Amino acid sequence: MGKIKTLKQLEDFQDSLVKKRDPNKLCITVCGGTGCRAYAWEELIRAFEAEIEKQGLKEKIDIRITGCHGFCERGPLVVTHPQRIFYQQVRASDVAEIISETLLNNKVVERLLYIDPVKNEKAIHEDEVNFYRKQQRLIFGNNGKIDPTDITDYIALGGYTGLGKVLTSMSPEQVIEEIIRSGLRGRGGGGFPTGRKWLYCRQAKGDTKYVICNADEGDPGAYMDRSLLEGNPHSVLEGMIIGAYAIGAGEGYVYVRNEYPLAVKHIKIAIEQAEGYGFLGENILDSGFSFSVKINRGGGAFVCGESTALMVSLEGRVGEPRAKHIHTVESGLWERPTNLNNVETWANVPLIIAKGAEWYSKIGTKESKGTKIFSLVGKINNTGLVEVPMGITLREIIYDIGGGIPGGKKFKAVQTGGPSGGCIPESMLDLPVDFEELTKVGSMMGSGGMIVMDEDTCMVDVAKYFLSFLQDESCGKCTSCREGIKQMLQILTRITQGKGKEGDIELLEELSEVVRDTSLCALGQTAPNPVLTTIRYFRNEYEAHIKDKKCPAKVCRDLITYTIDEEKCTGCMRCLKECPQQAIVGERKKPHRILQEKCIKCGICYESCRFDAVKVE
Amino acid sequence: MVKLVIDGQQVEVEEGLSVLEAAKKIGIEIPTLCYHKALTPYGACRVCTVEIIRKEWSRLSAACTYPVQQGIEVKTNSEKVRKARKLILELLLARCSTVKPIQDLAKKMGVEKIRFPQEDKKCILCGLCVRVCEEVVGASAIGFANRGVERKPTAPFEIQSDACIGCGACAMVCPTGVIKIEDIEDKRKIDRWHTELERAKCKMCGRYFFPQATIDYLKKKGAEKVKNLLELCPDCRRDALIDKLNQVKYESNLVTTT
Repeated sequence: MGKIKTLKQLEDFQDSLVKKRDPNKLCITVCGGTGCRAYAWEELIRAFEAEIEKQGLKEKIDIRITGCHGFCERGPLVVTHPQRIFYQQVRASDVAEIISETLLNNKVVERLLYIDPVKNEKAIHEDEVNFYRKQQRLIFGNNGKIDPTDITDYIALGGYTGLGKVLTSMSPEQVIEEIIRSGLRGRGGGGFPTGRKWLYCRQAKGDTKYVICNADEGDPGAYMDRSLLEGNPHSVLEGMIIGAYAIGAGEGYVYVRNEYPLAVKHIKIAIEQAEGYGFLGENILDSGFSFSVKINRGGGAFVCGESTALMVSLEGRVGEPRAKHIHTVESGLWERPTNLNNVETWANVPLIIAKGAEWYSKIGTKESKGTKIFSLVGKINNTGLVEVPMGITLREIIYDIGGGIPGGKKFKAVQTGGPSGGCIPESMLDLPVDFEELTKVGSMMGSGGMIVMDEDTCMVDVAKYFLSFLQDESCGKCTSCREGIKQMLQILTRITQGKGKEGDIELLEELSEVVRDTSLCALGQTAPNPVLTTIRYFRNEYEAHIKDKKCPAKVCRDLITYTIDEEKCTGCMRCLKECPQQAIVGERKKPHRILQEKCIKCGICYESCRFDAVKVE
Repeated sequence: MVKLVIDGQQVEVEEGLSVLEAAKKIGIEIPTLCYHKALTPYGACRVCTVEIIRKEWSRLSAACTYPVQQGIEVKTNSEKVRKARKLILELLLARCSTVKPIQDLAKKMGVEKIRFPQEDKKCILCGLCVRVCEEVVGASAIGFANRGVERKPTAPFEIQSDACIGCGACAMVCPTGVIKIEDIEDKRKIDRWHTELERAKCKMCGRYFFPQATIDYLKKKGAEKVKNLLELCPDCRRDALIDKLNQVKYESNLVTTT
């Protein structure tokens, strides 16, 4: 296939692709996201290939490695077609059975089905799994259907028709108007209205303009942008091309961190293929509009996700932010007007163009439209990526989609918005998730990290963890962020060591306020959030550490002691053997004892005891 | 021209000025550490924090990087500002407890005691050395390495940089005096950057003076016309210039007398 030059050619090509594809053709799709690849995945793929070869089924059965399905907890995921049977935690040893039973005989291999941990029901198809039921996978849904390294898969599902529509029937102003009307807001954290950003960049003086895709995702536990670039890179690329047309940019960059090798590989392939088909390059679809995209691999500094730092880094200098009183839409990369959007924001664009602003703006809440992808991690049954309409409650995400807290433990808090987000307590679980609501309670949408914590989590320790991340990742340019975070971390560390003093909470609050108000960039301005929200909602835990020298969640090592209950101890010697410090003494069949001066409080005895005889206080 | 209010005074200044510069024009001094009028504003120390009220929305911002805007109100000494500056100075003092300019400024801001563990670092990370080297000298021999609290200005890989011409501009702008230049006979040493350079001999008196690298750099930068003067030590250069000026005067006298 040569370059596609007209909308008609694109539509014809699409038709031919759809006609060529037999919906009843037997096909095995294996999730190829990084999560699934971590579970003996290559072995599984090789087993499928070998088995198909062995049984002489090469003509009859296709294998397709798709983008991430999101349910990473249960990987590797396999879906058979046309039956749509959803198998989870598939191993190479299951392969022969899947082929002979399901593909050839339409029978379900029961043991590979997902069983709901709460209701104990088996789900045969993907949409019957509770994890997927309440999701609205507009952006993420095609991930599981396409091979991200094959542009024709994307085109067959209607890909690039949005671009075709824009270039043949819409003026740049109309495109911007459409995005404004859709209500789309930046998914990278700030939530700035995307259409208005585009408008300002279009209006900015200058002939050379740039668009940038920010794929420098760095929040601990967050990986939705990674999965989108890995799983559906063309949706991001199409969004960028449409945006560039609307803004009047001729060049674009994808700034992606080098720790995402698969994302880098897939976006690279996508760019090459889009160039081959004429969606990138000179005179795209004969419209007179030309646009090219380059990839820039980031070195992994968290602060480079901040737009001005990212641009400086792209220019080849040390990534540190500058004051943004002159906006990047006026003077950004190489001092030219630059429009930067996050991966997920770009991926929303083709959808809005294809389905219309009216349709899009019906999803979500008054001020926050569309869906949002969250990475649901931590103490949760169903770890993975979830795409939900704005306005869904935290409770629905955590309990209905996430399946609640494992091990019958109690929910304590959910941290949204990445390291600079806030911890939201149980009393606020019915909060509808949108930009404003999350900010109101002291947290933020951020890029969509969602870390669930159970009753065994110490909130002071959590604040300490995030501050230590931010201390490492602060660029160090401005005093308030660099020195302020450092001192906050030292105070938190002292508190967790039982050296907290009267007045520490107030000092933390005072520091938080100044760091928030006087830091140069959003990293510093939001860094106090974990401290402020944990103080706001879990002040009693701080007080217990400071006044009573106790850690209520029994996490802070300096504040707990392990002892053995003589009544319960059977003298089995198990803990004694497991203890790495030889801190447990005793004879067989007689109660053991822990030598406190030797104990390092690692908790191994507690975990190894089968009689519940080890106590933590 | 842009009209704004600073501490209750109506001010009209040209566009493009920072709030810091505008305040200076009407005699309001805002404390600074990382600001230098010869360099691009950097916004690192946050000591020049002021309160900006725009469309009834108040926020704190560094005055050095905030461009004047029509209709804004600036408060350089409100309670909010004083509180923020005081804590910023306390934080800086905790880092650099023996650095005189920080001690002085902290005292001025009302810092009476430091509530944080104290360290004795000498560099306040204002970045003046790095910026003067890049923006004024044009050598870019030093830059910042590491992140966060580990941040420090240094030559790449902490070895002598070929780009360092030993001019000493960095030492001159350093407010804490932590960058030291040592001239010993035919050598100039700047330990902080691991720089050790040969010094040139004055063509007239034979004394060692500038590093040869500085002279070569200036020649390359277009100082070719005064090449002869560059090869003289500052004292001999002054003498040579006086000679030259005398000649001029003599000639001009000739003109007036005839």
